[in-house]
Amino acid sequence: MESGFPVFVVLAVVSILSAIGVVAFKSPVRSALSLVLAFFTLALLYFNLGAQLLGISQIMVYAGAIMVLFLFVIMMLKLGGHDKQPEKTDRRLYVAIPVSIAIAALVLTKFIEPMLHVPVSVIGDEYGTPQAIGPALFTTYVWPFEIASVLLLVGIVGSIMLAKKRF
Amino acid sequence: MTEWLARQSELTLAIIRVLLLIAPILILVPGLIWWERRLLSWMQDRIGPNRVPTMTNAKGRKYRAAGLVQTLFDGLKLFLKEDITPASVDRKIYFFAPALALFPAFVLGGTMPFAPQSGIWQYLTPVADIEIGLMFVLAISSLGVYGVVLAGYASNNKYSLMGGLRASAQLISYELAMGVSLLAVVFASGSLKMTKLVEMQEADWLGGVPAVQNWFILTPYGLVAGVIFLICMVAESNRAPFDLPEAENELIAGYHTEYSSMKFAVFFMGEYAAMFIFSGIFACVFLGGYNILPIDWAYLHSTTGSSFFKVVADLNYWLAPLTFLGKCTFGITFYIWLRATLPRLRYDQLMSLGWKTLLPVAVVNFCLVGVWLIMEDVMSVGIAWVTYAISVVLILALWFGIKNKLPNKLERRTVTLVDPKRSA
Repeated sequence: MESGFPVFVVLAVVSILSAIGVVAFKSPVRSALSLVLAFFTLALLYFNLGAQLLGISQIMVYAGAIMVLFLFVIMMLKLGGHDKQPEKTDRRLYVAIPVSIAIAALVLTKFIEPMLHVPVSVIGDEYGTPQAIGPALFTTYVWPFEIASVLLLVGIVGSIMLAKKRF
Repeated sequence: MTEWLARQSELTLAIIRVLLLIAPILILVPGLIWWERRLLSWMQDRIGPNRVPTMTNAKGRKYRAAGLVQTLFDGLKLFLKEDITPASVDRKIYFFAPALALFPAFVLGGTMPFAPQSGIWQYLTPVADIEIGLMFVLAISSLGVYGVVLAGYASNNKYSLMGGLRASAQLISYELAMGVSLLAVVFASGSLKMTKLVEMQEADWLGGVPAVQNWFILTPYGLVAGVIFLICMVAESNRAPFDLPEAENELIAGYHTEYSSMKFAVFFMGEYAAMFIFSGIFACVFLGGYNILPIDWAYLHSTTGSSFFKVVADLNYWLAPLTFLGKCTFGITFYIWLRATLPRLRYDQLMSLGWKTLLPVAVVNFCLVGVWLIMEDVMSVGIAWVTYAISVVLILALWFGIKNKLPNKLERRTVTLVDPKRSA
């Protein structure tokens, strides 16, 4: 077993629990915080796999910037509301839960078995460093990269256009 | 000692390194608060805390250690105070927020080297010498906002919430300019690794002057980037003149209004620790890290043969942590000086400074470094600097050409405290 495996288990459990927390919490702020934790542990998982740049970008972009904006909006709109509505248990849940568990079990049994035999890939020291990703991004994958950035630019311009009152 | 360290396991070394980073901060934070209060009072023509401790010897002579112990007693007072938790707070988040504010302040220093990477020091610093050192700093400093925002939200108080919202807007805006200003330096040195960044500053000045080290603050692009980083760093640690999240005349105390005793102390400590570490990062990235002067002693020693330079080089090596601490103190003094000098920015001024001034200047600076790098690569260092100078002149000409044609929406308010005509 690799030395990173216990770390992986801990991180994976925390990340799954926080991902469940995102949908399970009733207060939107707590959901958002769970999402932050999920992103953060995901970044740590990337570190564990040696993908430094990806992990740090994950923290910087998702945990550090996007989620702050989410929280900002949630707080501005005061979406607080500690379980104000009495929840009725939906009867469909009695069918939905067993069926989804069954499907999950079916998928997992098919997936776990071959995954146990996946050879541990040996990656070099350079893997996941800025020195490896930078050249790849700007030579081999320059077109997809540029198209993605243009897409983002279009998104920004579009949102500003929509936010403006007069065109 | 060096051999003993070399034999230790990676885990033991990591613990030693973390302690070497955290312990000085924890010990020095009270000193820092004392320094701030004394310096502020000196700048404001007051005396400041100078009494505690007053010791009397057998002959009845009184000694004062310049009030140095005052902060310790202040801390003790804070810890012993009644801890009030308002009834309507969101309890879990309320308790969690101070911890979340302290966490980034300490983690931030994880990639910061305070001594050269040779001999004994290589085992002691930095905590983690990772390839993405500088990005780590940016990422962790971007997490700093959570403590403030959640404290503001959990307090269930409109003023606190306002403070939290201001903090999130401010920190996100200034992160951008900070990132781009650092990019210029990263571009010039070709690495994100903090130790590499410091090593790059030991090269020849401006790429061609031997004996002088290439501290980034001494290069034109580094100076611009350094000033922008310095401003952003003050904004990131919520210090005056960017202390809008806790503006006391508008928001009582902003996000920590509802906090008392220990929990308030934790916020306080987080702020000072962040100041400390940001100063350290500034020293690492722009002020040549642990080198005492921008002079290449080893080069001087090899050219002149004078053993004096050898001695200085050795001193430079062995006193590296002290030099680094001195540079941190320099940064902190700058923080305090700013606080004593500048009035707090208005919200629109804050936003326009961040988005309309710092960010464009940082981007232009970044592009200029690119031009310089290409010219140096293709032609030579001299030609690169000539091109750089021409580009700067062109950009300045362009700016002064269009400056008056741009719409200026920033409201200007002036207050005449004493009317010069009437006072005569």
